[in-house]
Amino acid sequence: MATAEEIAKAADRRDVRNRWYLSAPALLTIFFAAVGPLAIVLVYSFLTPGSYGDVKWQFSPEAWVSVLFERDIFDDTLSLAGAHISIFWRSVKLAIITTLITLALGFPTAYFMATRSEKTRDLWLFLITIPFWTNLLIRTFAVLQIIRNEGIVNTVLMKLGIISAPIQILYTDVAILIGMAYVYLPLMVLPVYASMEKLDFRLVEAGYDLYASRWQVLRRIIFPLVKPGVIAGSILVFIPAIGAYVTPSVLGGGKNMMLSNLIELQFGQGRNWPLGSALSITVMLIVMVALLVYVRNAGSKEMRHG
Amino acid sequence: MNWKTTATAVGLALLASSSMARAEGALNIYNWGNYISPDMIKKFEKQYNVKVTVTDYDSNDTALAKVRQGGTGFDIAIPSQTFVPVWIKEGLVQETNPGKMENFKNVAPEWANPDFDPGRKYTVPWAWGTIGVVVNTDVYKGPANSWGIIFDTPDELKGKVNVVPEMNDVIFAAIKYVGGQQCTDDKAVLKKVRDMLVAAKPNWIAMEYNTIEKMGAGDFKATSDWNGSALRQRLANPAIHYNYPKEGYGLWSDNVVVLKEAKNVENAKLFQNFMMDPENAALNSAFHRYANGIAGSEKFMPADMKDAPEVNIPEDVKSLGELQRLCSPEIQEIYSKIWTELQK
Repeated sequence: MATAEEIAKAADRRDVRNRWYLSAPALLTIFFAAVGPLAIVLVYSFLTPGSYGDVKWQFSPEAWVSVLFERDIFDDTLSLAGAHISIFWRSVKLAIITTLITLALGFPTAYFMATRSEKTRDLWLFLITIPFWTNLLIRTFAVLQIIRNEGIVNTVLMKLGIISAPIQILYTDVAILIGMAYVYLPLMVLPVYASMEKLDFRLVEAGYDLYASRWQVLRRIIFPLVKPGVIAGSILVFIPAIGAYVTPSVLGGGKNMMLSNLIELQFGQGRNWPLGSALSITVMLIVMVALLVYVRNAGSKEMRHG
Repeated sequence: MNWKTTATAVGLALLASSSMARAEGALNIYNWGNYISPDMIKKFEKQYNVKVTVTDYDSNDTALAKVRQGGTGFDIAIPSQTFVPVWIKEGLVQETNPGKMENFKNVAPEWANPDFDPGRKYTVPWAWGTIGVVVNTDVYKGPANSWGIIFDTPDELKGKVNVVPEMNDVIFAAIKYVGGQQCTDDKAVLKKVRDMLVAAKPNWIAMEYNTIEKMGAGDFKATSDWNGSALRQRLANPAIHYNYPKEGYGLWSDNVVVLKEAKNVENAKLFQNFMMDPENAALNSAFHRYANGIAGSEKFMPADMKDAPEVNIPEDVKSLGELQRLCSPEIQEIYSKIWTELQK
């Protein structure tokens, strides 16, 4: 006969087993959708490129070396890969500026929405989500129609006599930034709004009662309270922006590569899959480091406040 | 039964069912986008009672990578001449011997025995063309029969030139412009090419494929381009002219191959033969706007193509054209480094 202890143990075991069974779908999904493909990318980055695409199963660290260093085509000396670094830097720079623009536009928008009456708030929220109904590519082409030389902006400005020749916006970094800010704006507005909605506006009134200026109220009361939303929004914008592909290609004219174009080149005409894999992992590492630094900083400041 | 045999059994069952489904007269074509005449497909379907399915790819590299993985279910693909030797060497295509097919007599002599497939053991001509310079003569009236429009842009066109970002085509043109040979391993020439490209880029506005729309709308005033695309642009705006660069220009040709993994081999062979019929080839040309390499198809061509200078190379510049090859992997590596350098 089983003792009480044994019964308890068996129940425990059953419990553990059930827990594994129940989490199996999630674990399998994570394995097949995240870990598996990533492992393939990692392995490929250490192989030799095949002659016409694909890989040869032969170990080689060359791909990783050429992420950061390049052998000069003409005198065979090894130096820092200027081309890769400038492409990396352009992507990071544009992603940071996009984040700042969306923050500058998204914060007031969220504030506006949060200060409306309960009923109208839902309407505003609904309006913010409307762009998501349309495919990214179509939204990008819509921006193209607006800013191109024969587009709405230039036509109106010329009709009004403000300019005599069309301003070249399309195919510049400005065009990329306009496009990315437009596309990623909802990703900033929504989390900021979510924090803003929970904000107790009596605190704001209290601030004014104590003779705080508008700026002081914003900086000392509102901003610290909605900071989690701002951080979430910044992360949500920065990460897709750094890997953006469609928007820079369509609006930037493809003259200057972004990270995603550089990676695509390796899997297409460049025929260097290992380098493409190594570059992809490098991008992930950059994002991860940026996130860690961010979360760390946010966390430690929180503690000091506490 | 371990998981491997289970997997094999399931795989075989799937294979059996799918090949049964296809046995009732199907043909799966893997082709570049927007590159096959719907009218011609209808004609083929009617003539042989076969259901045709078309799937698109966007580059030779994509097509090769996918077919290499296998299990695509495609019977036919249309690779370019640069890639045909790779497909043959890697055993991806069947030796269907189009050279011995009934309609082979129609193939134009200059395309009957090409270097990329001697004796036409595997391939049937689909379309061929040239890569040259397109200029809007409203903006630039000077001589435009030179790669100098792209690489040494005249003042009127500065900031208005587009370059179609096909790496091999651009570097081919650049090598011609500095006076070298395609696939050269002469470092001095390649260095000149790189320096020239980097110096030329500030005069370009974009590097895009979408030239028909952008030349039409006036976003671009000149571009490097394929001849069929140039023809469509001229039909929309008569001021747009196609030019054959005097330094030499590239010739290309896309070809119908039957895949080794094809399930509908007989239909695929019928299709290869079908494509060598002048009337069918002309029907296809009327859609994709390129010449087809089938003699006698001219009389079935639409009127606006019959003597279009984009499609019929003028006699005096015929000798300047050169069929582009795929360079060795070592040279390709240098190309892609130059390319990265150019777009950094």
